Amino acid sequence: MSGAEGVPRFAHGSRVPGWDRAVDLEKDPEEVPDPATTPVPDALRAEIEEYMGRYPHARSAAIPALRAAQRHHGWCSPEAIEQVACVMRMTSAALTEVATFYDMTETEPRPHHHDVFVCTNISCSLRGAEAVYDAMCAAAAGREDLHVRSFECLGACDIAPMASVDGVYVGPLEPADAATIAEDVRAGRPVLEAKQLARRPVADEEARESRPAGAREARP
Amino acid sequence: MKLLFAGIDEPGLNTLDVYRRAGGYESLHRALAMTPDQVVAEIDASGLRGRGGAGFQMGKKAAFIPKGDMDKYLVCNADESEPGAFKDRELMQKNPHQLVEGMAIAAHATGCNRAFVFIRGEYDYVADILDAAVAEARGAGLLDHVDLVVHRGAGAYICGEETALLDALEGKRGNPRLKPPFPANQGLYQGPTLINNVETLATVPHIVRMGGAEYAKLGTETSTGTKVVSVSGHVQRPGNYEIELGIPAREIVYGLAGGPPEGRKVKLWFPGGSSAPVLTEEHLDLPYDFDSLAKAGSMLGSGSIIVVDDTVPVIDVAKWVAKFYTHESCGKCTPCREGTAWTLAMVQRMDRGEATPMDIEIMAGVQEQIIGHCLCVLGDSMAMPISSLVKHFREELEAHIEAARARRDGVPTEPPPGGSPEQEEVAA
Ligand SMILES: Cc1cc2nc3c(=O)[nH]c(=O)nc-3n(C[C@H](O)[C@H](O)[C@H](O)COP(=O)(O)O)c2cc1C
Ligand code: SF4
Ligand code: FES
Repeated sequence: MSGAEGVPRFAHGSRVPGWDRAVDLEKDPEEVPDPATTPVPDALRAEIEEYMGRYPHARSAAIPALRAAQRHHGWCSPEAIEQVACVMRMTSAALTEVATFYDMTETEPRPHHHDVFVCTNISCSLRGAEAVYDAMCAAAAGREDLHVRSFECLGACDIAPMASVDGVYVGPLEPADAATIAEDVRAGRPVLEAKQLARRPVADEEARESRPAGAREARP
Repeated sequence: MKLLFAGIDEPGLNTLDVYRRAGGYESLHRALAMTPDQVVAEIDASGLRGRGGAGFQMGKKAAFIPKGDMDKYLVCNADESEPGAFKDRELMQKNPHQLVEGMAIAAHATGCNRAFVFIRGEYDYVADILDAAVAEARGAGLLDHVDLVVHRGAGAYICGEETALLDALEGKRGNPRLKPPFPANQGLYQGPTLINNVETLATVPHIVRMGGAEYAKLGTETSTGTKVVSVSGHVQRPGNYEIELGIPAREIVYGLAGGPPEGRKVKLWFPGGSSAPVLTEEHLDLPYDFDSLAKAGSMLGSGSIIVVDDTVPVIDVAKWVAKFYTHESCGKCTPCREGTAWTLAMVQRMDRGEATPMDIEIMAGVQEQIIGHCLCVLGDSMAMPISSLVKHFREELEAHIEAARARRDGVPTEPPPGGSPEQEEVAA
């Protein structure tokens, strides 16, 4: 609660964190971190530099670089962001601004190593996502390694209700699958193999039976 | 008629070898033997309309790209974050070379020397497949005329909006830009930029192969060709189906996807993802094409049908819709940032029994203040479906409000004194 009349104007979940915090006008402008005093792990530096080389303007690498730093540090910590800033020759502020905008860049500490995103958007909710989410939370209770979070549509409503477990899409899920997912992650096994999206044939039966429409067949 | 989905489940189709054996990249060779203007003319003749949402003709947009020697950019929009949409995922996962070939042709046609695929971060595994395909194509000398980079986002629906996408691609927060200037004049790095959806670009090799005029014979006069439709929600066989534009929607919902489970009826359906105004059972006989749906007050959008059957209260649908857009509003303009959150708060109050039927009027009024008053159409994307829910289901909403109030001992509460919307349930 801050800002005019104590109304949390921007605390309602849209992508505007921090707009209600006052600016410190006394502060010196931030500087680009000094390479001499900012150690960056070699592997991370190499990865970021590789990304920077892909674009006509190196700044385009900001998001891939932040995600690389997150893989390295577990989250976009101030230290991680400073390292990216050092390699990209930007200020930490400019990168923090980016990191706070996106759902997949975590700017709060977390001990977890594994992400379970349970989709609770419309098509999944129509098919019982809420129960799956509750079951997943229950299955992860007390587990330090699991980060369960409800997520917006993950682009797999054909296997609704579904979840993304460390990027692997599984569905259609039943509440009972939650315990299996938690166990599979713990054992380091492929998650819920029979329900992985990658194995699913196309729904369009005619397409399944057709041949690729390549130039050879169709050309006169 | 299958074009994009022809043989989509062929084992190994994601590899250059299998794709080529099926005739892949012959359209590219044919296009490279034509002048850029000839290729644009073929695309124009095909009548192909954008498959990402707005339905603008690709040939017209390609013709806006200025000629001459300068850095020009081609960007493929693979952000696909609209609830209900999942066609681009299957197209890229199973047949990545089809998209790469389409982009190579489009780059030649518009003289773009750099190309990017902006793919949503959640699709990492699809991006890996694309990366491999691009590397193969480059190795085979198929991308000598264009530098193609797969760029992964980090999760934000708004990055599907083309100008927000450009900012995200420049390494910034994904806030939409004011238009004009349009991307065709000043887009990525201020240079001329052609932005098209995955499906739009993946159709290009087929247009070059068949000829624009031949392609235009498919579908209807103003909605030519085939379309991959994502069907989800209460149907027995959810999934992607490639259809010829203009077939009755009923044939898609019932014929292909099997309709709702036994004994249930279609209550409402979103014809074009969660941003499209909803239609009801009686509209199922409409031809599924751009103009028929627009005439019926909705839109084809990304071609994602979400079916809701008669077991679901309308208020729940409103809640899911409002919650999504509240979370995804980028916050740049007030009607959208505040309007989405207020709408969600009002729906939640109705559900808790703290509203009166008059609140429906207030909520509808908020939608009117959003529509047309925002920088991009994300605000409208919530306001239009919410308005349509009120329009078609006002009586049910009234009854719901009354019942919820009765449950709260029949004591209607005063509206909160000028405060801000409730905070709960929004975090996600
Ligand atoms: C909020 C919002 C989200 C959008 N999301 C997408 C998307 O995920 N994919 C897409 O292709 N187009 C999306 N669009 C439409 C794009 O702005 C743009 O019109 C489209 O990429 C143009 O390609 P097309 O002409 O091939 O359809 C979105 C638009 C808005 C306003
Ligand atoms: S309409 Fe919403 S999403 Fe679009 S620019 Fe405005 S605040 Fe951002
Ligand atoms: S609604 Fe869950 S994946 Fe689309």
